[in-house]
Amino acid sequence: MNNSRHTQGASSPRDLLTGYRQQAGNRDEMLDGAGNVKPVWQEFLDHLQRLGDTDLTHRFARGDQYLRDAGVLYRQYDDTVSVDRGWPLSHLPVMLSEAEWREISAGLIQRADLLEHVVRDLYGPGELVASGQLPASLLTQNPAWLRPMVGVTPANGNFLNLLSFEIGRGPNGKWWVISDLVEAPSTAGFVIENRVAMTKVFPNFFNGSNVHRIAGFFQDFQQQLFNLRGNSKGQIALLSSGPANQNYAEHAYIARYLGMLLVEGEDLIVQDGHVMVRTVAGPKPLSLLWNRVPSALCDPLELDQTSLIGTPGLVDALRQQQLHLVNAIGAAVLETRALMAFLPKIARQHFGAPLKLPNIATWWCGQETARAHVIKHRDTMMVGSAFSTVPLMADSADQGAPAAPTQQEIAALLQRSGRELVGQESITLSTTPTYEDGALVARPMCIRLFLARTPDGWQVMPGGYAQVSAGNDAKAFAMQRGGKVADVWIRGEQPVETPSLLESGAAENRAATSRAALPSRAADNLFWLGRYVERAEQNIRLFRAYFARINDGASHDAPLLAFMRSHLMQDVAAQPAAMAERFGAPLDMALNAARKIGDRFAPDGLMALRALVATTSDLDQRDIPLEEFPRETSQLLRQITGFAGLVHENMYRSDGWRFLSLGISLERAANMAQLLSQLVGPDAPDGALDLALEVGDSVVSYHARFSILTNKVAIADILGVDDQNPRSIRYHVSRAKRHIAELPGQSDSHVLSDVARQILLLETTLAASAPSALTPEMLGKVKTDIWDIADALTLAHLV
Amino acid sequence: MLYDIRLTIAHRYAGSAGNGRHLLRVLPRPLTGRQRVTAHLVDVTPLPDQRHDSVDFFGNAVTTVTHLEAHSKMSIRMSSRVEITAPVAFSGPHLGLGDLHRSLTVHNALDAASPLHFLGPSPRLHPNADIAEFARMNCDPTATVTRIVAQLGEALHRLITFDSTATTVDTDAAEAFAQRRGVCQDLSHIMILALQSLGIPAGYVSGYLRTLPPPGGVRLEGVDAMHAWVQAWCGPDQGWVEYDPTNATFVGTDHIVVAYGRDYSDVSPVIGYLRSSGKQTNSQSVDVACAD
Repeated sequence: MNNSRHTQGASSPRDLLTGYRQQAGNRDEMLDGAGNVKPVWQEFLDHLQRLGDTDLTHRFARGDQYLRDAGVLYRQYDDTVSVDRGWPLSHLPVMLSEAEWREISAGLIQRADLLEHVVRDLYGPGELVASGQLPASLLTQNPAWLRPMVGVTPANGNFLNLLSFEIGRGPNGKWWVISDLVEAPSTAGFVIENRVAMTKVFPNFFNGSNVHRIAGFFQDFQQQLFNLRGNSKGQIALLSSGPANQNYAEHAYIARYLGMLLVEGEDLIVQDGHVMVRTVAGPKPLSLLWNRVPSALCDPLELDQTSLIGTPGLVDALRQQQLHLVNAIGAAVLETRALMAFLPKIARQHFGAPLKLPNIATWWCGQETARAHVIKHRDTMMVGSAFSTVPLMADSADQGAPAAPTQQEIAALLQRSGRELVGQESITLSTTPTYEDGALVARPMCIRLFLARTPDGWQVMPGGYAQVSAGNDAKAFAMQRGGKVADVWIRGEQPVETPSLLESGAAENRAATSRAALPSRAADNLFWLGRYVERAEQNIRLFRAYFARINDGASHDAPLLAFMRSHLMQDVAAQPAAMAERFGAPLDMALNAARKIGDRFAPDGLMALRALVATTSDLDQRDIPLEEFPRETSQLLRQITGFAGLVHENMYRSDGWRFLSLGISLERAANMAQLLSQLVGPDAPDGALDLALEVGDSVVSYHARFSILTNKVAIADILGVDDQNPRSIRYHVSRAKRHIAELPGQSDSHVLSDVARQILLLETTLAASAPSALTPEMLGKVKTDIWDIADALTLAHLV
Repeated sequence: MLYDIRLTIAHRYAGSAGNGRHLLRVLPRPLTGRQRVTAHLVDVTPLPDQRHDSVDFFGNAVTTVTHLEAHSKMSIRMSSRVEITAPVAFSGPHLGLGDLHRSLTVHNALDAASPLHFLGPSPRLHPNADIAEFARMNCDPTATVTRIVAQLGEALHRLITFDSTATTVDTDAAEAFAQRRGVCQDLSHIMILALQSLGIPAGYVSGYLRTLPPPGGVRLEGVDAMHAWVQAWCGPDQGWVEYDPTNATFVGTDHIVVAYGRDYSDVSPVIGYLRSSGKQTNSQSVDVACAD
């Protein structure tokens, strides 16, 4: 088959079915029990078979390219390091008919109502325990039941606003709920990205195939968020645990997509019972928070005292009903594995009817009869912690209580610590096709579906997020273990509505918030991003100038080179690696800063930075001959100029852009003052003035204005006080002054702020100075003035 | 007994600290038939920008104070007058371990005094095999639960040397047990784990201890700062008993209760957060004087 793959034309259909092997005893999503293709798949399979292997490979690459460009990655953890890897999209969708999806939806909506009923009781009257429907110790010994939240009613009355459920199809063809994801239904953003990538892979099929679009779901959810906020007009934000979290990219993406601020715990403060966002314009009230931080970590005062990512006083603000939350803090108690043992009965009691969609059969071993059942049916059961929130089948931490392999030991363990254990039936999941080495292969899968509360009740996203195992093992879903993800297509009988993913119904809402607030922490990161990139650039220029002279035959001991090392390069050792570190380190820091502001920094900016860091580490690790250094560094400089171009050509003129640009300008002006103060000084060796022009990238401008010979006054003119040269101190001081004038709060009064006054004084001094007045002492003072201005700026806007 | 109780806690910050928020649990807790608080005052300087009182899950009074402006020190002063009545001895039958366990399996309550909260684990206390082994070795399984509490408390008192330099407020119970040294907090944490390992619900009590012994009595350990001891649940009729392992005694009229919780983290006198760069030093002084 491999031999023929390149000769197959798109016109002669391939046969992908013959080699497709269903796993014995399992259901398959594409084939029915008799091995026939299900109607919902037929059209797609025909389409697939008309495409050659080469064509498919190109199409898959197109989807992957989109994901890379969009910055969709996952983080692989090894023992000590984490590495970003390409998003493992299985390029084939999982297909469900609209009829089947409707049936599943009805079951999930019922379950969402049930969960709301349960959580409201667990943090309210406690009747489920009082009436014996739930054992008390499921709460009292459960770390997810947060006592400080007992008695706290959500401001809008509902504990749950967004849910997701993991479901799987068992051998009898029926769907089961495998887990309830309450706290961080963290994949909603990835569903959008998967879908956009899939439209790049199968553009022709997708149009006109009656596949339901998912944009409408997000528009309604966004509308719900703005409705919840009500008339308060406070900020709407997504609370993330920050770039260290593996889902940070998704947090940033969905926040941007829905027009919400992206904040971390330290961005928020509680004043007088109100939660405020610290912004460059001072604290601004927050009225709704979509929480993606584990509940217990949200407030170090009342919840987990060891949390470093929380907001002190958040619980108090919730108690005073001053903030809307999606979802309520503490609602994750619903994810407790042992709860699944009791939900079916609670449902019958509450609805007077059984669950429409059963959950995976579970027994809590704190009760005598359940314990006996688990011991008796040990062979078809997994046993694990009652309080874990990970479904047993996916839990590598306690795979069937390996500590107790024998029947007697299991029995003893269950007798001793039954309250802390559950038994859960092992189920075999259905398979779905993936495309591997030119053929279709059946792999176990489960599906995550999303529900949002809207004014019209729970709405189910007509699409989903499938996890596909890397092998035949249902435990290999995790990306860490090679699992893949797939888009879920719900196919209707009729043509479907086609709202676009890119335009949102609540555009006016979005405009209202995006203009409003720039968190101080984000501004600080943008400011430092600018500073680090600029610092790297200056050091690259010094590095290039240094090795150009080495290549021309100068020795490391030559007066100019020794002077460069001691006066301009902080006494660096005369070794290429140490010198390269002087720009490698700031570039790493720049990338770090950029990662922390995922929502404000366009993916292409991040890519440009990543490329810079990659080129630098190439330079570091490869054994590049000396004579190649200038060429390699010129390449770096072109890349860094490209980055600066992105900043100035592509970024919206927001406050965020101003802080980034301010970082660049202040760093460049200060570095130039430092460079000049050394190179126009009395101790500077021969060639110092030419070096100043070279590092200041002003050779051409200089020769256009002055004679061919360099002299100190002319150098001080063009690199110091010239207001037209984008490499001069004056140019950047003036630019910084204009930015500062436009920052929030700077124009409210005729009395200048500290920072505005300081920069005006400095600009005036420079404007009034003759080039000959720029002595080393004066330049040294200019440099310290600039850093004082940076400090004043930080104090006024960034802390 | 009538007591006048004074507590002073002082925090000093090397760099000035702003945006501070603190939860205080320092006031004696009113307990029907046992503790009557007739006067009380909590005074914080600098004057907080906001302050409010509330009651936490376990029924303890909490004062929340916030300071917006930067400051270099903060002090908390509590003064109160408390009347203590000696507890009436329990006259009913004392349960053994087996009966206690059986009564727990049918117990189904979520209120603050429910023993089910106190079976562990809790934020600072996780089961420890060495402590469980200690409990097993020092418990007569045929004795009443009340007797087992005393046995364990006495054994622990013999085993652990009171040493205020060996541990800090952050020391883990297992660590203190391993080095056989510690203060009231460590002894209480170890005893809670020991009791829980036997299936006896046990919790942490913070409070004050009378400074000077009654005439002819012995000065108690732990009078210089806030004290801690243990409560253990002895069955549905008898309920909770309190035992002080630091002084190897059941609690009588020398102990004044401030707060009940599962471990220290539930009852810490001061939990705070502020934005500051420098180090922080704390000091605490307590005086419990007889007023009758």
